[in-house]
Amino acid sequence: MTLARRIIPCLDVDAGRVVKGVEFAGLRDMGDPEELAARYNSEGADELILLDITASRDGRATFLETVRRVAQQLNIPFTAGGGIRRLEDGHAVLRAGADKVTVNTAAVERPDLISELAAQFGSQAVVLSMDVKKTSAGWEVFIRGGAESSRRDAVAWAREGVARGAGEILLTSIDRDGTRSGFDCGLTAAIAAQISVPVIASGGAKTFEDFLTVFDEGQADAALAASIFHTAEHSIGALKQYLAGRGVPVRLSR
Amino acid sequence: MKLSIVDYGAGNLPSVERPLRSLGAETECVTDPAQIAAARALVLPGVGHFSAFVRGLRQRNLTSALRQALTSGIPVLGICLGLQAMFASSAEAPGEPGLDLIHDEVQALPTNVKSPHIGWNQLRRMRKSILLRGIPDDAYFYFAHSYAAAAGTPHTSAACDHGFPFAAAVEQDNLMAVQFHPEKSGEAGWRVMRNFLEWAQ
Repeated sequence: MTLARRIIPCLDVDAGRVVKGVEFAGLRDMGDPEELAARYNSEGADELILLDITASRDGRATFLETVRRVAQQLNIPFTAGGGIRRLEDGHAVLRAGADKVTVNTAAVERPDLISELAAQFGSQAVVLSMDVKKTSAGWEVFIRGGAESSRRDAVAWAREGVARGAGEILLTSIDRDGTRSGFDCGLTAAIAAQISVPVIASGGAKTFEDFLTVFDEGQADAALAASIFHTAEHSIGALKQYLAGRGVPVRLSR
Repeated sequence: MKLSIVDYGAGNLPSVERPLRSLGAETECVTDPAQIAAARALVLPGVGHFSAFVRGLRQRNLTSALRQALTSGIPVLGICLGLQAMFASSAEAPGEPGLDLIHDEVQALPTNVKSPHIGWNQLRRMRKSILLRGIPDDAYFYFAHSYAAAAGTPHTSAACDHGFPFAAAVEQDNLMAVQFHPEKSGEAGWRVMRNFLEWAQ
């Protein structure tokens, strides 16, 4: 009996379509969110994450409608976020059918947001998303989609987020995101060793071996990827069979 | 089969309602004592804080109607916090009484394991189970919680280990409850809900 390591596909959405950027810039259309969600649900994804990457005020209603439609396709856990600034934004996403909400920039600017969400909906519903880049100062947390340094140290921020009630950390390496050069295992292991909640590693996945390494060396509880699944380069089922064959506990669908 | 889903203001009702409906059940969300008294079968969903549950019931004046319904023998399915609420109390909210149909207490997960316990885990069967009928022994279920009740006899039909062996499925007379989220546990979870519906018929 072991807690399975999770494989989590991520849908970045803009104006109702799934898109994919490279190193946080340059968007490409990758398909319809409902279709992809249904496919991943049946392929054995352990969870789905939906991120509103425009997060413009007027795009809010469109995003909530996408959350609502995607939720209908799933019988697995569902996390949504992007542009969550207030308690009410989180509530709207959960009401639309998500089980968890992710916060990023607004939590850095006003850490009480994490505490408020956790008090209202429970820690299990709050995922602190952090975008991290290696700089001369160390591992720094970046905000606004990776455009601006927050001058916060990644390990310190992860610890503060957990102390404030975040139930999981979604850790994205800006250096690796979209590059397909493998997860940043050093970063992932450094954070995982310092906090008491699960860590979802994100950014850089290309090969099956990358996933094996991030669970093994990176000590990740879950691994997230987007484009390699969207393009059907790898099926989630085949990835899980590979991991199971190498001793990683995964949930195999039947 | 008509199921009355108790709405105490904090549960994620649509995610529980949708699978039950697609399995052929008729559902209604109930918010007042008379509806609970008239229910033929109840679902107690739940996410969030133990005290939000207990206070939600109290503010809506549902506590005594619910306790009466649960002791009347009608089929009940508790999910996550809905399982914990059947116990006497919880370390999450000391001083807030639970429904006390099972006279044990809910504890915090120990500090030597990751908490919340989030993700897919397997069960250890302790005895013959109605809820887990037809489900392979190695099936995974989705958990998301920081508190749990210790596995105990006779109420626990399946345990899960995370820091200590806790009650993952409880089956005591008319009370059926699971600590995991069947509505989020893929095929295996839907089978649990189907098993409940067939038993409750």
